[in-house]
This record gives sequence, C-alpha cells and structure tokens, in this order.
Amino acid sequence: MPLPLLLSLSMILLAIGLYAILASRRASCSRQIYGISLVICVILLGMALTHLLNAAAPVTLTLPLGLPWLGAHFRLDALSAFFLIVVNLGGAVASLFALGYGQHEPAPGRVLPFYPAFLADMNLVLLADDAFTFLFAWEFMSLSSWALVMAHHREPANARAGYLYLVMACLGTLALLLAFGLLAGANGGYDFATIRTVEMTPGLAALALILALIGTGSKAGLVPLHVWLPLAHPAAPSHVSALMSGVMTKVAVYGFIRIVFDLLGEPVAWWWGGLVLALGGITAVLGVLYALMQHDLKRLLAYHTVENIGIIFIGLGLALAFQSNQMYASAALALTAALFHVLNHSLFKSLLFMGTGAVLTATGERDMERLGGLIHPMPWTALAFLIGAAAISALPPLNGFVSEWLTFQAILLTPELPQWLLKFLAPAAGALLALSAALAAACFVKAFGITFLGRPRSPAAAKAQETDRYSLAALFSLAALCLLAGILPGLVVDGLSPAVGLLNGGAQLPAQQSQPWLTLVPVADVKSSYNGLLVLLFMALSGIFAAVSIHRFASNSVRRSPAWDCGFPNASPAAQYTAGSFAQPIRRVFGSVVFQAREHVTMPPPGDGRAAQFAVQLRDPVWDCGYAPLTAAIIKISTKLNYLQYLTIRQYLSLVFGALVLLLLGIALWR
Amino acid sequence: MALITGYLVQGGQMLLILLLAPLITGWVRTLKAQLLRRRGPSLLQPYRDLRKLLRKDVVLAGSASWLFRVAPYLIFAAIWVAAALVPTFASGLPFSWTADLIAIVALLGTARFFLALAGLDTGTSFGGIGASREMMIASLAEPAMLMMVFTLSLLAGTTELSAVAQFMLTADVGLRVSLALALLALVMVAIAENARIPVDNPATHLELTMVHEAMVLEYSGRHLALIELAASLKLLLYLSLLSCIFVPWGMTTAGEDLTAYLTGIAAYLAKLGLGGFLLALFETGIAKMRVFRVDQFLGAALMLGLLGALLLFVSRSL
Repeated sequence: MPLPLLLSLSMILLAIGLYAILASRRASCSRQIYGISLVICVILLGMALTHLLNAAAPVTLTLPLGLPWLGAHFRLDALSAFFLIVVNLGGAVASLFALGYGQHEPAPGRVLPFYPAFLADMNLVLLADDAFTFLFAWEFMSLSSWALVMAHHREPANARAGYLYLVMACLGTLALLLAFGLLAGANGGYDFATIRTVEMTPGLAALALILALIGTGSKAGLVPLHVWLPLAHPAAPSHVSALMSGVMTKVAVYGFIRIVFDLLGEPVAWWWGGLVLALGGITAVLGVLYALMQHDLKRLLAYHTVENIGIIFIGLGLALAFQSNQMYASAALALTAALFHVLNHSLFKSLLFMGTGAVLTATGERDMERLGGLIHPMPWTALAFLIGAAAISALPPLNGFVSEWLTFQAILLTPELPQWLLKFLAPAAGALLALSAALAAACFVKAFGITFLGRPRSPAAAKAQETDRYSLAALFSLAALCLLAGILPGLVVDGLSPAVGLLNGGAQLPAQQSQPWLTLVPVADVKSSYNGLLVLLFMALSGIFAAVSIHRFASNSVRRSPAWDCGFPNASPAAQYTAGSFAQPIRRVFGSVVFQAREHVTMPPPGDGRAAQFAVQLRDPVWDCGYAPLTAAIIKISTKLNYLQYLTIRQYLSLVFGALVLLLLGIALWR
Repeated sequence: MALITGYLVQGGQMLLILLLAPLITGWVRTLKAQLLRRRGPSLLQPYRDLRKLLRKDVVLAGSASWLFRVAPYLIFAAIWVAAALVPTFASGLPFSWTADLIAIVALLGTARFFLALAGLDTGTSFGGIGASREMMIASLAEPAMLMMVFTLSLLAGTTELSAVAQFMLTADVGLRVSLALALLALVMVAIAENARIPVDNPATHLELTMVHEAMVLEYSGRHLALIELAASLKLLLYLSLLSCIFVPWGMTTAGEDLTAYLTGIAAYLAKLGLGGFLLALFETGIAKMRVFRVDQFLGAALMLGLLGALLLFVSRSL
C-alpha cells in the first residue's frame, strides 16, 4: 500500500520541522534536517516513479481527519504521481545542495523548521482528494514558503516582497475557495469523486474555470498575477528559491490541471482553450522581456520562470482547444508537451537557482554588474550553470528544446480546429513562443556571459572560490538529467503517457520505445521526428573529428598574450560590456514599446570635471495599468468610508438592521 | 547493401558540403569584386586562408577561459550537423529524419549561443558589442524563420525537410501567395543570419557597425579557421535550404543509381552558383543599414512569415 507510506513520510517531514524548532541552535542540526529530507524525498520519488511507470491503478484512502462530515480523502493516480516525481526530485536535489549551502545560512532557525514542512505541504497538495484537504495543504504551502521568504526579514525589500506575496496568496486561495464552492454544487459534496459527477451549467463552469485560473495562476505567476513572484522567489535562500521557482509553481500548474481537466470534466466551450492560450502566449513573451531587463541574477531567473509558465499554459490551452473539439489525439500531444515542459523547467530552473546560490556564497553578490570572470575560479559551477542555461534556451540536444518542439508540433495541428478565432490565435501563439525562445537565448547569453565570463568587475568576484562538493553533486545531477531527458525524450514521453491518458479520456501518444534509434515521433502519420541522441552523437563525432584532425595534422600550440581588442585594449574591467549594455539593443527594440524604456544621458560640458550620468527608466505596464489604479481606488474608497468608524451606536445598529433586511430581501427575490 | 550505400551517400554529402563551403564563399567574393570592376582574389583563396590559419599558432587572450577554446569546435560541429541534414542533391537520405527543420533552426541557435558567449569571454568591448547585437538580430530572425517553417509544414503536412522537398517536387504545389511570402521571409532571414549587407558587412573589421566580425575578433589560428569554415558552411546551408525548398528540380531521391546522383550533384552545383551570383548582385546593389534599422528589416520578415502562415490557416489553397 503506497498511499499510507507516502502520507506517513510526509508526516515525518512535518515532524522533523518541529524537531528543528527545538534543535536549530545546534550546529549539526542543519546537516540532520537536510539529510533526512534528502532520504525521505528520494523514497517518495522512488515510490512515485514505480507508480507511474507501472501505470498502476489509482489508490484512495480516507482518514477521519478534517471536517467531521467529510473526512480527509487522499488519492494517488498517474497525474499526482507525475507531479510527485517533479516535487520530490526537486526536493531531493535541493536538500543535497543545502547540505553544503545551508552551512552558510546566517539564521538557520528561520529556515530549518519551515523547509521540511514546505516539502511536506507540497506533497500533501498533490495527494489531496477533497477540496478541504487540498485548500488546507495549499494554504500551508503558501504560509511555509512565506516564512521562508521572510527568512532574512531585516532587509526592507524582503519584507515588502513577503507582504505582497501574502496578499496575492490570499487572493489566490479566495479564488480557489470560490471555485471549489461552484464545483461542489448545491449539495456541497466536497470530495473530488463527488465533484467529478456534478453536472454544471456552461456559465457556472466557465466561472469556475476563470476562478481556477486566478487561483492557480496567481501562484504559478501567470501575467498579470505574477507581480509578487519576482520579488518573493529571490528573497528566500537559494535552495528555497529553487524549490519555489522550480517546484511550487508546478504544484500550481497541477492545481490548474486537476481542476480544469479532471474535476470540470470535458471543456464545454471552445473559448476556454483560446483564453488560456492567449494568456500563455502573453505571459511567455512578457516574462522573458522582463527577465532581459534585470541585473539581479536571482530576479532574472524568477522573471524567467514567468516565461516558462507561459509556455506550459500555451500547451494546456492547446489541449483544452483540441478537447473541446473532440480531437483527443492532438490534445494528447499538447498535454504531453505541457507536462514535459513542467518536468524540464523544474530541472533547469532548480539547477540555475542553485548555481546562483553557489555564486552568492562565493562572492556575496547577486548583482551581475559586480560579477564576472567566475569561470576561472569556479569552473565546475560554471559548467553546470552553462548546461542549465543552454537547456533553458531550448538548444538541442538538451531537454528544453524537446518540450518546445512538441509544443510547436501541437500548434501545427491547429488548422484542423473549426473555430476561426482559434485558427488565428494558434499561429499567433506560435509566433510568441518562437519569439520567447529566441529572447530566452539572448537572456541566458547575458546571464551566463556577464556573470561567468569576461573579467571580474569587483574584488569579491576576483576572490571567489569553487563551491563545496555537496552543492556540485546537486548541480551535476540536475545537469545530467537535463542532458538525459534531452537525448532520450521517448522514454519521458512514454512515462508521461498514463498521466496524459487520465486527463484525455484515455487517448495518449503512441508508444515511443519501439521507434528505431529511440527517435521521437509524436504523430505517426505526420512523420515529423527528432532524435536527440543522434544529434548529440553526430555533434560529438564532428567536433572530435575536427579536434583530432587539426591537432594531428595542423598546429596545436597556444600562446598567451593580452587581448587584442582592435589594438586598443582597456585594462579596466569597467570597459567591458555590462548586463545593462548587453541588453541595450533589445531594450531599444522591444523595451521602448513594452516598458516605455527611456535612456537619459547627462553629459557635463567640456572642462567640467564631474562624471557623466546615464540612467535608464523603465515602466512596468502591468503595475501601471493594473495594480496602481487598483490600489489607488482602494485607498480612495477606504478614505471615503473612513467616517463609518466614527458612528454612534444607534447608527451602527440601524446599519446592521438595514443590511439584514437587504439580505433577506435578496434571498426572498432569489427564491 | 542498400543500407550501406545509403550511409555512404549520407557521408558523401557531409564531406561534399564541407569541401564546397569555402568555394561558395570564394565564388561570392570573386563575383562581388568583378561587379565592382576589381579583379578580386582567386576562387580558391578561402582554402588557402584556411590552410594558413590552421598552421599558425593560436594567440589566446590572457583572460580567455576554456569555453573560448572549446566554442569553435562546438560551433563548427553544430553548424556542420545542421548543414548535413539539409537535403542537397538527394532527398530521403538515411539520417534525414534525425532532425526536422525546427531542429535545424535550433542547432543554428546552439552555434550562435556559443559564439556570443565566446565574444563575451575575453571581456573586451568589441566582443560584447558583437554578442549583444547578434542576439538582438537573432531574437527577430529566429521567430521569422520559424514562421516560414510553419508555412511550409502546413503545406507539406510535416516539418521534416526531406519530405518537404519531396512535396515541393509534386505537381499539386503550384504558385501560392503563402510560398512567395515564405520565400521572401527566408531570404531576409538568410541575409541577416549570414551577416551579409545590408544587415552586417562581412568585409569590415574596424567599424562599429560590425556584428559577426566583432564577436570573433579575438580568435586566431586554428580556432579562427574553424569559425570561418563554420560561417561558410552556414552560407552554404541557407543556399541549400533555399534551393531544396523553392527550386527542388533536379534533386534525386535516395536509392537511385549513380547517374541520378551525378545529375543531382550537377543540378545542386548549378543552383549554388546561381544563388551565389544573386547574393553578390544584391550585396553590390544595396547599402548597409544602421543597426537600429535592422529590427525593422527583420520585423518585416517576421510579419511576412506570420502572414504566410495565417493565409494557410484561412485557406489551404492560398
């Protein structure tokens, strides 16, 4: 029986969180907590893998906890098993990384109790099988991650990030609460098995979809609900940032898939897919453009998470559009692409955040303008970060390319859709996806190039040292997985099949293992194929052929000398390209439209000894058009209503009475 | 036996493009010189340059890392593999299914990624300016290229290049508006990606307008030879791509006899010669544009590609 074991392991995680409260002052505590978390995550990972690979039947369990008339329902099916793999893989590697990284934590008492609890809560969200347990675990996940964001609470920016996170998490949970209320219907059966049987009117179903989109989208970082994410994710310690960005956003995606694909059942209207597709496309491009404008490495990565969430939602939107037209084979491709990207993003985003953590430990800096040249003192970290950067830029033969390729293949099936709006939306989403992929490459050339290449821009960067063995083991295990998933995509697709079948009325992609040379052929009659293994093999052979023949038959000597730089080398590291100057062409091309980017140069007249000034001004369109007017309106209304606080008791009583009468009247009219 | 012949033909194609690549660069250079009433270098000058570079020492900047030394091999390998997957004289070769057109575009992206990183590696301002501008150009050129891929695959029903080429040989393609738009988009992308005038000037070395040459400024010796060869291969790749999609006539299919292969190679060479001539003519006739006009040029290519794809969504006969 895997389910009781899964639950008790999650409970042990919670328990060691309690233990950490008592023991966090001891120096050995950090190792103990992360070691136990690592072991438990590995066991959970193994169990989820066995469940998914055996395509085992769903198992359920009801415990007499929670609401007395409901109990706590738990269920392990293919979908939750897949997401359990994502969560516990991320959790295991983050714990391994933290075995080394956690030693540098200045306030372990603020991290250690919440870290295992955070892991346990994410596991519980995935196992929950009724609305109450789901929301309970979801809220606990938000709170424990909030506590981790506030670990370094004395920095004013972190306090602001934590506040914004709390507000957005409350909004999200409120939306989910209402969504479950609608899903449960008039009789209020809150376990998922009952919810699946409830028949909903199209209007109510659409409302539930929008509420679910708000509730899970605010956690995942869907534009325009992403504003908290780039502030909160970087504020936490780096292994927690990796978990929040790489894993917790996936739990949010799980919530969306569970509610919309599973609980709501068949999509009723075609515009559902269109809505999700459009949101996904906008999120992808805006996310990467925001990321390109950042100088703070962790914030750049957090904004880039927004882009990847957009790519996942493009896949999900396509799947909804296909399902609403009963095109299940195409929907299977779109769903596979989305789930594959979920796995990929959890791999490379965790890798990149942990690499940033290693840089942060070595230099104490996360501002790229003060880094540089780290490839010399930290060659291994640089190599792992480079693999992650290439994977996230969707470069073959790594894994990021495979999921984007699958998404493109799904978009190419959209001309079969009957609705005109979808026909126009799909190629537009394809163009946005292509644009975001190309911009992502630019973004990660900047992230890797400015941080690790060139010459050090500060004394801290010059004195950096390679990170510890635990951290390197964590980085390289993720880098190896990025490569493996890229060259053996067929195995991953086959592994995903049970989950896809569950969401798609049984339709899944054809089995890939039987293809010659392990080629990926998602749609048999289209014959579009990709073989990462052979691409890697050919590249390796050509590269080795070139290297061997040149070194054998031509020259192989090397001389070192100062850089040439067209004859005018400048010894100052300040003469190098910086993060800001690297992004300048893209800022001028895209940013002048999206962010109203303005550059101000103040040049003192000749003879004046003052330094010239250069400033870039960016405006956040989402904040300016959405949140700023909203907050202004709320403050205005609350100021107007302020006099309500100074009424007499009689006035209050009459207000209460009036409200009662109005409500009763409303109910009378409704009936 | 057929299998072995297939592998041999595939290997032959790989070697053929490697040997042809410097020739096509030399051909374009000679033609450009003669169009300017100069005598110009010999057709074989690029081979001589390569041989000279290969024999020289590598002079490495003091701040260069291992990435700077590995990058030329990676770039060369990625572009060579991409170029070998484009059908040249025959379609349906044994490994043509390894990577489709999207993957070929992405392989070029891999090469560009490492070239830009190599530009940043030495920490010089020229390397930085080249890398930053290259990525800006690519951020528009790559989506434009993918939109062209969309158009083709909507018509042919597949993204696999060999199958697209075979489809283009069939009679029911005809003249289409969407294909014309795709051709235009591809030509514009090819000009930008190969650093040709009006986007970049392959002949300059000391101007702030340069993009590709600025990135490779610190390279010397065998590393520079590999990068130059990769650049020639990329030019050849785009010419092969244009010819196999838009003028596929004369191309043979795998498994034919030797005469068919020889005809295919002759037709391929003729197409390359014509393509190089057109490129030289175009480059002589036009002035280079400012860097911040390039986004409009490539934005137009992106819009043309998107329009071509949208037309096919409206009607399959356009």
